[in-house]
Amino acid sequence: MSTSNPYLDDLSRGIIRENPVFRLLLGMCPVLGVTGYFINGLGMGLAATAVLIASNVVIAALKNFIPPQVRIPCFIVVIATFVTIIEMVLQAFQPALYEALGVFVPLIVVNCVILGRAEAFASKKPVLRALIDGVGVGLGFTLALGILALVREVAGQGTIMGPDPESTILLFGEGFEPMGLFGQPPGAFIALGLLLGLTNVLFKKFNIK
Amino acid sequence: MERLLSIIFIYILVENFVLQRFFGICPFLGVSRKMETAVGMSMAVIFVMTMATLVTWLLYTFVLEPFKMEYLQIVTFILVIASLVQLVETTLRKISPTLYQGLGIFLPLITTNCAIMAVALLAVREEFTFIEAVVFGIAASLGFSLALVIMAGIRERLELADIPDVLQGSAVTLITAGILSLAFQGFRGMLTL
Repeated sequence: MSTSNPYLDDLSRGIIRENPVFRLLLGMCPVLGVTGYFINGLGMGLAATAVLIASNVVIAALKNFIPPQVRIPCFIVVIATFVTIIEMVLQAFQPALYEALGVFVPLIVVNCVILGRAEAFASKKPVLRALIDGVGVGLGFTLALGILALVREVAGQGTIMGPDPESTILLFGEGFEPMGLFGQPPGAFIALGLLLGLTNVLFKKFNIK
Repeated sequence: MERLLSIIFIYILVENFVLQRFFGICPFLGVSRKMETAVGMSMAVIFVMTMATLVTWLLYTFVLEPFKMEYLQIVTFILVIASLVQLVETTLRKISPTLYQGLGIFLPLITTNCAIMAVALLAVREEFTFIEAVVFGIAASLGFSLALVIMAGIRERLELADIPDVLQGSAVTLITAGILSLAFQGFRGMLTL
C-alpha cells in the first residue's frame, strides 16, 4: 500500500495521471464530435460524469450479486438505464444542449471509459471508493473535453460561450477572421493531436509517471 | 433508386462516419497499425453493422413503436448489438472456421464500436424506410472501412518517418487523421438527402 490516502489517490488518478482522454485515449468519439463549442463540450463531459458516477456506485453495490459469466451484459444494462435517464433529463431541462449533442447523448452507453471503469474498478472495490473513482475519472474526462472545446471555439470561432447569441462573447472584436478549420471536423483531429503532444511535453517536464 | 444511390454516396464519402461524423474512432485508432488487421476489422464491421441496422430497425418499427416503448430504445439496441455479435461469433466458428480465424479478436471488440450503435440510432432518427435503413447500414460500414484501410496504408509508411519525440504514437496518428479528414472535406455539400 502506498502511504498516501487511498481516497485522495482514487480522486487524483483519473484527473491527471490516468486521464481517460489525454493518457488512455478512451471514449474518443464524443471528445471529437461535440467539442465545436465550449458549452457543448462541458455539457457532454458532465452528462458522461453523471452516468459514470451512478453506474460505478450501482455496480459496486451489486458486485456480489452479479454472476461473473454474465457481468458485461449486466454492466451494459445498468449503464444503458442511466443513459436513458440522463437523456430524458437533458431533453426536459436543457433542450438546446440536447439538440446540440444529438446522437452523442445515447452514445454515452458505448463510451469505453464507463464500461472500462465498471470492469476494472467498480466491480472489485467498495461503494465509496467506486464513487470517488467515478468523480475523479469523470472530472478528468470533463476537463479534457473542456480544454479541447475551448481551444477549438477560440481558434475556430473567435468566441467563448457560443453558439447562443445572448451569451456569446466576441474575444477579438468584430473584424477578426477566425480559423474556420478548427470548427470543422479536420480541426478536431488536429487540435486533439497537438494537445496530446503538449501533454506529453508537460508530463515529461514534470516527470509524472 | 436515386435516393438509395444518394444514401450510398453520402455515407461513404460526404458524411464519412469516421472522418466527418466521428463515430468509431476507437477501432480507427486501435487497429489501423497494420493493413491486415484493418482489413479484418473492416470485414467484421461491414457484416455486423448491416445485420444490426436490419434487426434494430425491425424491432423499433414493429415492437417498440406500436407499444409506445421508445424509451427502451437504448437498452434494447445495445442488447441486440451485443447478442448479435455473440451470435455471429458462434455461427462463424461453426460454418466458416477460416473466416472466424481471420476475424479473430475483432468480433468481440465490435460491441463497443460506437459506429454500430450510431447507425442503429440514426436509421430510426432519420426516419428511413426498411430498404433505406439497410442500404444506410451497408454504406456507413463501407465508409468506415474506407477510412480504416486508407489510414492503415498511411500508418505503415509513417513507421519509417522521422517524427518528433513527443508527437510519436497517437498524437501523430490524430494529426494524420485530421489531414485525411481535410481531404474528405472536398466532398462537402456535393449531395444532400
